[in-house]
Amino acid sequence: MSVILERRPTPSGLMGWLAPVLALVMTVAASVLLFLLLGLPAGAALHAFFIEPVSSRYGLAELAVKAAPLIMIGVALSIGFRAQVFNIGAEGQLILGGIAGGAVALALYPVNGWFVLPLMALAGIAGGMGWAAIPALLKTRFGANEILTSLMLTYVAVLLLSYMVTGPLRDPDGFNFPESRLFQSSALLPRILSGTRLHIGFPIAIAIALIGWVFLSRTLLGFALRINGEAPRAARFAGFNSGRLVWVALLIGGGVSGLAGLFEVAGPIGQLLPNISPGYGFTAIIVAFLGRLHPVGVVFAGLVMALSYLGGEAAQITMNLPVAVTGVFQGMLLFFLLAADVLINYRLRWSGKTRSITSSQP
Amino acid sequence: MTAEAIHPGIAPGSLDQPLAELAGISKAYPGVLANDAIDLVVEPGRIHALLGENGAGKSTLVKILYGLLSADSGTLRWQGADVTIDSPNTARRLGIAMVFQHFSLFDSLTVLENIALGMGVDADTDLATRIEDVSTRYGLPLDASRSVFELSVGERQRIEIVRCLLQDPKLLVMDEPTSVLTPAEVEQLFVTLRRLASEGVAILYISHKLEEIRVLCDTATILRSGRVVATASPADESAASLATLMMGENAPNGSSLAVSAPSSQGRSSLLRVNDLEVPASSSDAQSLSGITLSLVAGTITGIAGVAGNGQDELLAVLTGELTLSGLGKIRMGDTDVGELGVAQRRRLGLSAVPEERLGHGAVPNMSLSENAALTGFTRRGLARGGWLRTGAARHFAQEIIDRFDVRCDGPQSLAGSLSGGNLQKFVVGREVLQAPSVLVVSQPTWGVDAGAAAAIHAALRELANTGSAVLVISQDLDELMQLTDWLGALCAGRLSRFYPTASLDVQQVGLLMGGANALEGMESRA
Amino acid sequence: MSDALILSILTIVTASTPLVFAGIGELVVERSGVLNLGVEGMILVGAVSGFALANLSGSATIGVVGACVAGAVLASLFAFLTLNLKSSQVATGLALTIFGAGVSALMGQSYVGIAVGGLPKMNMPGLTDLPVIGPLLFGHDALVYLSFALVASVTWFLRRSRAGLVLRAVGDSHDSAHALGYRVIRVRWGAILFGGACSGLAGAYLSLAYTPMWAENMSAGRGWIALALVVFAVWQPGRLLLGAYIFGGISILQLHIQALGLSVPSQLMSMLPYVVTIIVLVVISRDSARIRRNAPASIGKPFHPTA
Repeated sequence: MSVILERRPTPSGLMGWLAPVLALVMTVAASVLLFLLLGLPAGAALHAFFIEPVSSRYGLAELAVKAAPLIMIGVALSIGFRAQVFNIGAEGQLILGGIAGGAVALALYPVNGWFVLPLMALAGIAGGMGWAAIPALLKTRFGANEILTSLMLTYVAVLLLSYMVTGPLRDPDGFNFPESRLFQSSALLPRILSGTRLHIGFPIAIAIALIGWVFLSRTLLGFALRINGEAPRAARFAGFNSGRLVWVALLIGGGVSGLAGLFEVAGPIGQLLPNISPGYGFTAIIVAFLGRLHPVGVVFAGLVMALSYLGGEAAQITMNLPVAVTGVFQGMLLFFLLAADVLINYRLRWSGKTRSITSSQP
Repeated sequence: MTAEAIHPGIAPGSLDQPLAELAGISKAYPGVLANDAIDLVVEPGRIHALLGENGAGKSTLVKILYGLLSADSGTLRWQGADVTIDSPNTARRLGIAMVFQHFSLFDSLTVLENIALGMGVDADTDLATRIEDVSTRYGLPLDASRSVFELSVGERQRIEIVRCLLQDPKLLVMDEPTSVLTPAEVEQLFVTLRRLASEGVAILYISHKLEEIRVLCDTATILRSGRVVATASPADESAASLATLMMGENAPNGSSLAVSAPSSQGRSSLLRVNDLEVPASSSDAQSLSGITLSLVAGTITGIAGVAGNGQDELLAVLTGELTLSGLGKIRMGDTDVGELGVAQRRRLGLSAVPEERLGHGAVPNMSLSENAALTGFTRRGLARGGWLRTGAARHFAQEIIDRFDVRCDGPQSLAGSLSGGNLQKFVVGREVLQAPSVLVVSQPTWGVDAGAAAAIHAALRELANTGSAVLVISQDLDELMQLTDWLGALCAGRLSRFYPTASLDVQQVGLLMGGANALEGMESRA
Repeated sequence: MSDALILSILTIVTASTPLVFAGIGELVVERSGVLNLGVEGMILVGAVSGFALANLSGSATIGVVGACVAGAVLASLFAFLTLNLKSSQVATGLALTIFGAGVSALMGQSYVGIAVGGLPKMNMPGLTDLPVIGPLLFGHDALVYLSFALVASVTWFLRRSRAGLVLRAVGDSHDSAHALGYRVIRVRWGAILFGGACSGLAGAYLSLAYTPMWAENMSAGRGWIALALVVFAVWQPGRLLLGAYIFGGISILQLHIQALGLSVPSQLMSMLPYVVTIIVLVVISRDSARIRRNAPASIGKPFHPTA
């Protein structure tokens, strides 16, 4: 007797939504195992990781603060992944958005006015789009793999930010610390919940998710992107230009990532630092997959992933656990999700061998 | 004293004894009984036809025989002894060799390496010598050092055959071997097969081509819906009686498809291609040269030819998937469409059905509604101002389903869940219902059951009768002879002249497929 | 030849060796028709495992062997998911990188800032002492020689051995290979495990020889550069070796320029290897016909045996 995979005649829609839940359960179970392995009381660790961070008003607001960039980028990446355009350089596009938007604030300093933030947002979007335009151009003109180019550009972006805050954008009164001056007040995102850091980035992220949903399911361009992902030849047959779709997918990803980067520097951070993101651009890849490449799913996935950041920080303080636990948790979750996804296209069957003529099963 | 007693080492097989005896072979897939208690006896030195429609269970049966599939029940005797064939390796050890319909070749590897892989031996000079011996002996010329991607389809089949012959098979299984060959190549293949049979090799020959089987085979076992329905001696049967055995009551009535040879006098040409040249876009693509073509309202024009001679490229350049730089080559009426894209040409009335249903003509993981919108968004107004009209798309899908008898669970069914015939009816129906003035169809009934094929042929004829021009690109000569009014052929990227189909016989079409541009003493047009 | 020049060449060798290891492993994986984007994660886990084991046991050899095993263990996760559960190779490879970065940081927490002895250099009496060619040819650590031996063996394996022919066949068309009775999944499992062990080796080289210490994310994108190198090499082992040394040379060159105290900001110089990678990818990808001819045809495609 052994377990075999039997292909379903049609993919299971139910399993499509059940698999992430299953993956989450398995990840929590594996986390317990990990905690025990590290010699920690599992119950207390779980509480510290998953419950404590969100048991206060401030904690919930922090969850939304961390979820906002994950949801925004997750939605934009989902649109690209649906089209089989693998932009995995969102982190770099986020950084460029932060640099460009931050540079606008610093250039206007100390001018205050209603127009400062919109200009910064436009610059942030343009910065992210510009960075994403490079892999788009290299892919459509030269056929260079966007996975590798967009990723290499992330390393370049990290170095560029480091250069900016030690060079051109360094705080002139900052004793040579590698950071910019603090932004003027009208260059900061309005907070929407007193006593917390919750800013308007979160409602904007939710709005982006809704727009993304409508875009994918109801517009011709969204339809074209989905067809391109499912069957590129069918997209050409329908009359959609695949090069243009690559541009659209990358520019959406870059623009939204850039805006998310601007929100980070104009929101929780308030200045340019050598490090403006704890890997949101990479985590958003997991968010996109965990959310089934569907904007609504991405909202939930973004909240779960935001919790993993908060949990990692909380566990570091209360249990003296390394922050790296967050990365392990995120990686495991994606692994379990990919494993659970097999149930969408296959069902498990117990097989007993009662055959006169047997076959080779590799 | 018998020969066996004198030579005890000889396997207990003689010319009187069957080589292989399959008894009660059954194999079920979810929802389908592919093989239902099949009995089959194969004798040495005979060419045995396994005849049946697509989906009759032929391929399943030989895959079981070759160890690629396991039967749910049934027994297999080989030269009188019970055997279990659990892998192709076991099959090969017993002396069973198989040439697949879809070749098991590796494009980037050489002929020598391919054959070595098929035999499980080293690719050394010794093998190269043996390849040369066999290929000269059986008239199958091959250069062992060339890479497969450089070879024609006929040459690729030769690799498979030589690979089989090198293993001194007792039984050679051939799955639809002629579907990819020109008539001349078919003749050559038959010579080789007859020679093998005369040397004592049993040949199991799978086909649905009746004439071929009558000419070549000694015995025929006819399968329908997974069952053996008859065993016949093909030479004693007519093509019609074999067809009835093969298809049962579903056999298409010949008269319903009778071609009225229409004259194109006074009718307008809806699409003109004038001396078109298209360079090969990559090393594995075919260039096109000197393509001149005129599609006349109310007629069906056919293009015969073996796959890989430029059919894909011709379709792409006609539909606009491949656009031209420069004018004057392709015109629809007064409009030069050479530089227009797919959607623009479709708006002007040029639609197409590509050969590959899954992934080209339809998206497997999308619903029929969305697949209706795939091409319907232009001519059926399923998109407006950049927005997709999902309700209208659903209605259009339902209309196609109703009008073309597409068996499915409704517009929300995934395209990939439909059978080949039903999906093809959907794809053809989608284009026909958009009332194109020109419809280009590639391999319209490839892998489709007879009922669906008849429905598709009828739909194409009906479209032509309403005044549209239809172009059918096909490898299936029978189909082209039945369906078309004018017929030409594509060979190595060059298009022959066109002749009234009724005036042509198969040999003449064969000449055109083999590269002849024109036939002597016959009236033709470009 | 000046001592300084000899020293730079030696540092180029140490900078290039991890790229050779990771690249040759991925090359074999890709020749079998699988794209494993998790190289970066496997290098990191190899680096921390090698460092920790060398530290605990006091033996660099145990560290190196342990790194190979750790890389292969991580690769087996990828193999199980993509081959047995048929998950997407791209998504699973990304997961492997994220997971590897997290796990390595977790494992390495107590090793940050500790030093180990590092790999001993070869010392062949009489030979190593020769002027110029002594240190250049006979003065490296054992893994450098192993990297060359590995490239030579892989070249022989792919070109001359029957198993290598089967591996190439599986990468060219898994359906044909399956139809002929070859065990596609088994062949790919083997290739992926080999690739994981090679990445582990690359990691061990980083943490035991290149900079004998452990730091989070110390691979700094070398896994991704190795992936680009495989494309640069158009899947040929010899060209991979060449490419790895060009990249090693560039990364050392940029350090030297920084050391010269030129007015170019250090960050801009540090971008050089990544920018060069992009440029090289573009130059190679431009010749799409050549890529198509040489790339394993079934790369990245899931294998669903139908018959």
